[in-house]
Formats: sequence, structure tokens, C-alpha cells
Amino acid sequence: MYKALIYVTLKESVLDPQGNAVKGSLHSLGFGEAKDVRIGKYMELLIDLDDQQQAETRVKEMCEKLLANTVIEDYRFELIAQ
Amino acid sequence: MKFAVIVFPGSNCDVDMYKAIEDCLPEAQVDYVWHAEKDLSEYDAVLLPGGFSYGDYLRPGAIARFSTVMEEVKKAADAGKPVLGVCNGFQVLLEAGLLPGAMRRNQSLKFVCEHTELSVENNETIFTSQYERGERIVIPIAHGDGNYYCDQETLEELKANGQVVFRYTQNPNGSVYDIAGITNKAGNVLGMMPHPERAVHEWLGTEDGKRLFQSIFTYWRENHGAASYASGTDA
Repeated sequence: MYKALIYVTLKESVLDPQGNAVKGSLHSLGFGEAKDVRIGKYMELLIDLDDQQQAETRVKEMCEKLLANTVIEDYRFELIAQ
Repeated sequence: MKFAVIVFPGSNCDVDMYKAIEDCLPEAQVDYVWHAEKDLSEYDAVLLPGGFSYGDYLRPGAIARFSTVMEEVKKAADAGKPVLGVCNGFQVLLEAGLLPGAMRRNQSLKFVCEHTELSVENNETIFTSQYERGERIVIPIAHGDGNYYCDQETLEELKANGQVVFRYTQNPNGSVYDIAGITNKAGNVLGMMPHPERAVHEWLGTEDGKRLFQSIFTYWRENHGAASYASGTDA
């Protein structure tokens, strides 16, 4: 069994309106050092597989097919053995 | 001519779409078709209405695109039947890969609900034959995720092929190239954020959407209707 921690964010080349708004807010609060804020999604799921290689392949498929829209989003994930 | 209005859990413009067909095209038939339907072969055109299918969970249209009926929508599109997706319907078509690009949150991060002016960029499509090229029309929008995105290469392709059908004259959401509606390369699948089905009577504020439905019907009659009438079969 593995726990997958999946992160989905807008691609670098795609303007992130939420990130921009949050950056503006951080700046107005005095955090001028905050650059390039990107808002994304974080997902957790348990994978009922014992083979790490296989779990990786399956999570990648999930991301490509449903969890991320690869036209505008990038994804990355970590697997933690349970 | 028979229209299918696809109903997903969370569709909320399905009734408007149905009534628009009834009001604009008295000779046509229209049915609601639940998203679990496995056969659309009896329909001549497919309409994907606006709303919040599956609560817009994950991304608008991301879950609806895997509905059973979507396999049939793809078949209809491949067969060259007119497929129209409005608002959430457009988002579903993008997620399904039937149209290129993707939808982002509005640049303002606000839900925008207002009348917008569009220019008809291409009137040589099956959806716009009853408009003039360059005509300015008024159609309402109501969306939070209508900020159309595609990369530069795709945009150049869209422009070169005449796939950009409607553009906003004043961009309300930040969409690339002021895009309000695009077709696929073959021209039989149209996705648009503005709601033509809410613009079919003067008392709705505008009836500029009416001709979109009339264009579809005209196309069908020219290509199928006459032949069917002549042979006395399924009209």
C-alpha cells in the first residue's frame, strides 16, 4: 500500500490570476520578498498496490487522464510506503 | 430534425436550451437525454448545456467528460453531426479533447453575468450562416471560468482555419485573442461561453442567439431534409 501525495499547478507559461491576487495581498502586508505565487491543488490518495513501480505508473495515468489538465497544468507526486 | 439536450447532474441551462429549440425551430424535435444514455444515433444534433456538471469538482467539465454519453457525443462529432457546447458544455468539450485548449478562472476572479457584444468572425460555419461576417451581436454570459487558453501555435492554427467563430468586442474574462467561441477543424463542433439559448426573444433583452439555432436547422435541411422528404423516409 502506498500513499500518493499529488500536486497540480498551472504551468509556468500560463498566467495564474489567483496567484497574482495573492501575491498582491502578500506585498500589501509587507511581504515584498514574495515572488511568483502559484496556487495549486493538493490531493492525497491510497494506492492498493505493493509494487512501487506499478503504483508510480498508475498514479501517472490518473494524473494524465483526470487529475490534471495537461494543456494548462503540471503535476508531480510522491509515494510513501504505508 | 431531432436535437438531443444532454443533461448531466448539475446542468442548469438544459431547460433554457430545450425551450430555445422549441421556440426557434417549431419544425424540429427536441429531447432531454440523461448522461447515462448509451445511444445517440437517432439524433441529428447534440447540445451540451451550461451549468455546473458534477459541481465543477476538480475542474469544470473534468468529470462530466467521462460520462457514458460522451462516447456517443464523440461518435456524433466524428460523424459530422452538429455538436454545440455552451458555457459548461464548452468546458466539457475542451476537457474531452473535442476542441483544443482549456479554460481558466476569469482573470478578475469574479463570476461575470452580463450582456456581451460579440463579433461574428466566421459566418461560413453550420452554426453562423444566418449572420453577417463581422456582425456585432449581443449574447449574455454567466461564468466564473471562461478565460479561454491555448498556446500560440494552436491559436495560429485556429485563426488560419477560421475556427475562431465569435470574439468579444470587450473582453470580459481575459481569454486569449478575446475568444468567445471556437469550432473544431472540421467545423461541426462549436464551443462558446456566451448563451445563445438565453437570447431568443426580444423580451429577454436580445434575440441575437436565435439565428444560431436557425443556422443549424438550415444546414440540416439543406443536407438531409430535402433528400429525406424526397425519398419519403425519416424526416
